[in-house]
Amino acid sequence: MSETLKVTLEKPDGAVAILRTDGYINNTGGEEIARQAYALLGEGTVRLLLDLEKTKIVNSIGISILIEVLEKVLDQGGRLAFCHLTPTIEKTFQIMGLAQYARIFPTPEPALSWLRGEAE
Amino acid sequence: MSTAEPREIHLTIPVAPEMEIAATAQVAALGEWMELGRDKIDEVKMAVVEACINAFEHSGTLDHKVELKFRVASESGADGGRTFLEVDVLDNGHGFDPSRVTAPQIGEKLRAPHKRGWGLRIIRSLMDDVRIVSGERGTMIVMRKYR
Repeated sequence: MSETLKVTLEKPDGAVAILRTDGYINNTGGEEIARQAYALLGEGTVRLLLDLEKTKIVNSIGISILIEVLEKVLDQGGRLAFCHLTPTIEKTFQIMGLAQYARIFPTPEPALSWLRGEAE
Repeated sequence: MSTAEPREIHLTIPVAPEMEIAATAQVAALGEWMELGRDKIDEVKMAVVEACINAFEHSGTLDHKVELKFRVASESGADGGRTFLEVDVLDNGHGFDPSRVTAPQIGEKLRAPHKRGWGLRIIRSLMDDVRIVSGERGTMIVMRKYR
């Protein structure tokens, strides 16, 4: 019953990167997201979109790792956005207050506009 | 389903990675049967995941098992009563005092080395009613979601 998370990277331009997740964001899933996010931060890409379209369940350990990623993004003057959240995952992010520091969008297009500074 | 027809499932899971996902399958099955609705089913699944991983990580359960009971029933009432899905999550660990669990704050967590501790807050926010009974013989979290 493996729920191993798959993360795929897309860089539509040099300014932003999209990490698309597929599966359960638990401790190992969160660590894989963090590994790829920190590699992007290390090479100077500090505006990240996490597209969770294929993630239907998360747990608080995984989200805590996403908070670590958010902390590092903010420390580098970057931005973090999420899109395609299920209603329950979005509600959980709101409960935890993540939406105060990262932005949540229904789809990638407005998220990318915000990450690029084209829209506030 | 008939509101007068209760249904109950018992499940014991080992303390092992991703066993909490096995528990969510029962939520989906009963939730669909009682026509709970997709979003509410997902909220119960998330709460069950949190209760299980709390038990896995913090209870110190002696037999390395967590017991779950899933129950669909209706409250008695003049209007026929409200139907609900209730999930009990039990461990035989050392227990804890829920009143001493501090509510996490995102602003503090962002700057703190320890970013966890969200489980009970998530459970209480996603479920309609939550009771925690804990002592030296273990902990039982009773979570209810109304249709």
